[in-house]
Amino acid sequence: MNTATMAYRNLLKTVHNPDQFMDVIVQPVMFMLMFGYLFGGAIAGGVHAYLPTIVPGILIQTMLSASSGSGSQIREDLDSGVFDRFKSLPMAHIAPLAGQLFGDILRLIIATITSLTTGYLMGWRPTVGFGWIIVIGLLAILTGWALSWLFALVGLLAKSAGAVQSFSLITMLVLSFMSNAFVPLKSLTKPLQVIAHLNPVTYVITAIRQILATGSWTHEALLVLGFDILIVAIFAPLTVWAYDRN
Amino acid sequence: MIYFVQGDLIKNKAQEGIAMTTVKAIEVSHLTKKFGNKTVVDDISFEVQPGEVFGLLGPNGAGKTTTLRMITTLLKADAGQVKIFGHDTVKEGRLARSMFGLTGQYASVDEGLSARQNLMIFARLNGLSRQAAKQRTTELLTEFSLEHSADKALKNFSGGMRRRLDLAVSLITRPALIFLDEPTTGLDPRTRTQMWTTIRQLVQQGSTVVLTTQYLDEADALADRLAVIDHGKVVKMGTPAELKQQVGGTKLAFTVNEQTEVAAAVKLLAAQVSGAVQQTGQQLRVSLKQLAQLTPILTALTQAKITISQLSVQEPSLDDVFMALTVGKN
Repeated sequence: MNTATMAYRNLLKTVHNPDQFMDVIVQPVMFMLMFGYLFGGAIAGGVHAYLPTIVPGILIQTMLSASSGSGSQIREDLDSGVFDRFKSLPMAHIAPLAGQLFGDILRLIIATITSLTTGYLMGWRPTVGFGWIIVIGLLAILTGWALSWLFALVGLLAKSAGAVQSFSLITMLVLSFMSNAFVPLKSLTKPLQVIAHLNPVTYVITAIRQILATGSWTHEALLVLGFDILIVAIFAPLTVWAYDRN
Repeated sequence: MIYFVQGDLIKNKAQEGIAMTTVKAIEVSHLTKKFGNKTVVDDISFEVQPGEVFGLLGPNGAGKTTTLRMITTLLKADAGQVKIFGHDTVKEGRLARSMFGLTGQYASVDEGLSARQNLMIFARLNGLSRQAAKQRTTELLTEFSLEHSADKALKNFSGGMRRRLDLAVSLITRPALIFLDEPTTGLDPRTRTQMWTTIRQLVQQGSTVVLTTQYLDEADALADRLAVIDHGKVVKMGTPAELKQQVGGTKLAFTVNEQTEVAAAVKLLAAQVSGAVQQTGQQLRVSLKQLAQLTPILTALTQAKITISQLSVQEPSLDDVFMALTVGKN
């Protein structure tokens, strides 16, 4: 109940401040166009051939940066003093956090729709049915949401919103580029391949590509689902702990 | 009409507290907080009676805000206990929290939202139904003269409007106990006076108020009782009048016009007052026990044909108390 009110608060805030949507709208469009037209020819021999690789890649990269927004938002709230009031209210301590994180789902949905639509406009035509597109969309959103708990923890532990942002940017860059998001793993040098194989982002992207290629639920997709649930199970209590300590 | 049920529920809880004279609004015992190895709040104890305005007075960094944050459950104490209307803030946190409103030092309202949305959201978070929240929001907007800017973004609000909204948010549930952390810091004199009026109105309506301030005139104007805090300790506690009395009575000072008459004036003063006469050149100063002593002194001086100038009679101010208590330490 209180969580719903808090989520409503976050929605209102974004409506008052539409520039908060910039990163989930402008960024995927920009990256999709830039990467597609810059590297498509070099990597896959053409934009069209590159799209099945890059659409899931950009989708997950956008999830990463959208979820990192939760962290800096929480830090800003903490610094503004409004959380003091939340804490002094007779409600569950998790409500302000949960409200923030549920409110962020809207951002993730917008990011997913923007990424997939841009791909479509550039000529991406998945052969599987629309139902499977919804499935990969949900899988991406769940992954982004799980990660936003992690970034929320970073936000609670960091000293300033600026620190959260630079940490998030670096994490986003390293995780998305050191993976199979933009290039085939085989083209990488051996040490890089090892790193990319350790990178969870690689598994998420692989799972999405497999679903798009086969039109069926795969072992990898199940793995990602389990991984997302595990992250929430670990980081949600940690985040609440950090919030209480703050 | 769930609204009335809800409002009365909270009110009743509080009135219960007031009705039973044994229940203090606040009982703070041996509260202590360390940050690293620095003791910021050092074994502070005090009690606040229902209906009282209690002031925590002290210089910057004295530990006022830390004390308030511990009482209002925002910060865990390292040691000590706080009871709000008899309820332990640790063991019965949620119940204790439902009994007070808090206005922090930094406006704790949402910048991105309008005044109405802020009030609505906090009303809902306080457990009011949608209908009740709407009604209470309208009431508070009117009460705090914010109805004309109710739907504007807070970004365009002045400091005074923001504080008013902040206070309005704290009053949604009509709490019997209100905490105000430096309620007028950073406000211009006019809005400061408005704030004082608002606080006095709250007291008239029967609220208990605890406020922190570094302004002595504010403490003097508003508080029934004061705790002067310095270096995390309560250095003095009492009514403003009691505290002033401790620093000494009314001070009389004047300058004797003729050098040759100074000695005679000193002798004359010494005969009238019990304390020592302080002399700086031709200026003389004495402490008076009562203001009534002034007339005989002036009459005696006139009779002796000693002419004086720059006469001043000064009542002790809380500034004197403050300086005397915290002198040389900051």
